[in-house]
Amino acid sequence: MKRSILFLAVSLGLALPAAAQKKYDPGASDREIKIGNTNPYSGPASAYGTIGKSIAAYFKMVNEQGGINGRRINFVTYDDSYSPPKTVEMARKLVEQDEVLFVFQTLGTPSNTAIHKYMNMKKVPQMHVATGATKWNDPKGNPWTMGWQPSYQSEAKIYAQHIIKTKPNAKIAVLYQNDDYGKDYLKGFHDGLGDKKGTIVKEVSYEVSDPTVDSQIVQLAASGADTFFNITTPKFAAQAIRKAYDIGWKPVQYLNNVSIGVGSVLTPAGLEKSVGLLTLGYLKEPNDKQFANDPAIVQWREFMKKYYPEGSLVDNLNVYGYSVGQTIAQVLRQCGDNLTRENVMRQAASMKAFRVDTLLPGVMIGTSADDFAPIEAGQLQRFDGKEWVRFGEVVGR
Amino acid sequence: MSRRNLLALAIVLTVVCALPFLVSNYRTFQLTLVLVYAIALLGLNILTGYSGQISLGHGAFYALGAYVAAILMDKAGMPYWATVPAAGAVCLVAGFLFGLPALRLEGLYLALATFALGVSMPQLLKYKHLERWTGGVQGIVIAKPDAPFGLPLNPDRWLYFFTLAVAIVMFVLAWNLLRGRVGRALVAIRDHPIAAEAMGVHGALYKSAAFGVSAMYTGVAGALGAIAVQFVAPDSFNIFLSITLLVGIVVGGLASISGALYGALFIQFVPNIADDISKAAPWAVFGLFMLGFVYLMPSGVAGAIRLLSAKRRSP
Repeated sequence: MKRSILFLAVSLGLALPAAAQKKYDPGASDREIKIGNTNPYSGPASAYGTIGKSIAAYFKMVNEQGGINGRRINFVTYDDSYSPPKTVEMARKLVEQDEVLFVFQTLGTPSNTAIHKYMNMKKVPQMHVATGATKWNDPKGNPWTMGWQPSYQSEAKIYAQHIIKTKPNAKIAVLYQNDDYGKDYLKGFHDGLGDKKGTIVKEVSYEVSDPTVDSQIVQLAASGADTFFNITTPKFAAQAIRKAYDIGWKPVQYLNNVSIGVGSVLTPAGLEKSVGLLTLGYLKEPNDKQFANDPAIVQWREFMKKYYPEGSLVDNLNVYGYSVGQTIAQVLRQCGDNLTRENVMRQAASMKAFRVDTLLPGVMIGTSADDFAPIEAGQLQRFDGKEWVRFGEVVGR
Repeated sequence: MSRRNLLALAIVLTVVCALPFLVSNYRTFQLTLVLVYAIALLGLNILTGYSGQISLGHGAFYALGAYVAAILMDKAGMPYWATVPAAGAVCLVAGFLFGLPALRLEGLYLALATFALGVSMPQLLKYKHLERWTGGVQGIVIAKPDAPFGLPLNPDRWLYFFTLAVAIVMFVLAWNLLRGRVGRALVAIRDHPIAAEAMGVHGALYKSAAFGVSAMYTGVAGALGAIAVQFVAPDSFNIFLSITLLVGIVVGGLASISGALYGALFIQFVPNIADDISKAAPWAVFGLFMLGFVYLMPSGVAGAIRLLSAKRRSP
């Protein structure tokens, strides 16, 4: 009898903590974790829809390999056509009807702004949103929202620091798109220059509705600047690069990461006119020759062939989807059996130098309770007429 | 109104009032959007269905109404219910003024002029000198109203009933307007403008008045939509919204008041069904639905229902 009591006590003692650790919020159970998402599968920004599809493919692979801590991922994704009211409707559907544990990688600055308040009011994590705006890193004001990619401001700061280091007496000209995206970059650039802000000799903006930026480039060239920060979306980036070359203006050019596509921007601008451009990269480019035999990219290609065969092998958005998939899988692994919304947020905010193999070597994911910006580093690269060549060290945090 | 119709109306009203208590908050929110779209479609139907002028730019008036409501709430601290008539009034004037020059344009040319309005609206909203009020690309986030007088309703249900009340007022107004002298005059202008003029209908005045009233309905809908969604941004009101509204009135039934409701149900729910059927090609599925509706019900859902009940009555 005594022995059986002892046995009972011991087994209870062993069993209890394990049972106590299993904690679930809506969307999580012994068998599955339900994750919600909205993506523009149709509409003006449907090119981004491939991100949602590659994430779904990533979870398909995870499930085939046994899931995460024995639980399969149920990824529920809806089309919002990049329309904020539709995002609100779909986010409410995900939270109230599908009862997901959290939403992940909802795409677009306006779309995420539309649900920002709602998600924080409902205390449902708005995890790793797919936009570079700086406002997602606000652990005090909006503790249920977190970004993923380097913010526009931190990218611009890195350019500013590079200018101070390599060309302290630069005369800087800036061209920026007149909206929240352009102004976000500009603010980061100003902050990065600090007391060297006076080195900016000319700032000119353009509207998305402008047909060209030719006159802006002429104005900037006339200012006598020898350094040029180009904050433009792909179409305007190509125009700016071409026009600057054609009028014989040869400054040191920094191009924002938004427009570094060789096929979509530099080829139309003219490859020979793009030689010497500088930018910041953080993701391995799938069509970059130096990564042709990189184990991570090789593995990514196999993943694509098996789980997302209709996806493009040269589209870096598919590398992006695969990379965010790895990040969230790690967050969920860290959660263990405590799958509450609070713990998901806490684990996402305690990533210590986590390495995703499709990020550039040296770029790590790091967060803390007062730092909700997972990637804040990158490596400068220069265009040599054919491809981007990385140089120097990984900069930023 | 016959006794039968009254009975039917009573049943419909009971069901409509009971609905939010039977479904989830999320569904209640969707039903609120249906009512919002129904008001917008009613407005477009006055213009396109009754007076025969095609507008491809009504999304612009929807946006205008939404922004008037959002700015008044955000900057002037106006209560949400007061912004709805304000949005209606602004759109009435804007629609009337736009209608005056646009009247010189007939048919497809008017369609193009309104299309221009629809495509330019999102960019006008981003205009930097207006940014102080419109919030630029960031848009404006507005708070959700609570039920007043301590009513035991959550915000979603309260907003549903508020929208329902506005919708009923707007529908009764439209019904009174369209079944009488004004409605007949508009239909006459649509069917034969010269004959209508000969009968003493002031074509220009009626047409721009129709434009103004139509814009007012759409503006009221925009204001209600903004309150329900709690957010306005230029990207919410692209040209696709205008096209969707046009699809709504054709599917629901041109020149039919009840058609606005069927059209609203269609544009709210069919895209979601299409997305459930295929992630790869939601718009292709949506297109199939649309073709199906146009083929099977050439006079819209309202027309098909009218036909069915007529058949049943005279076997």
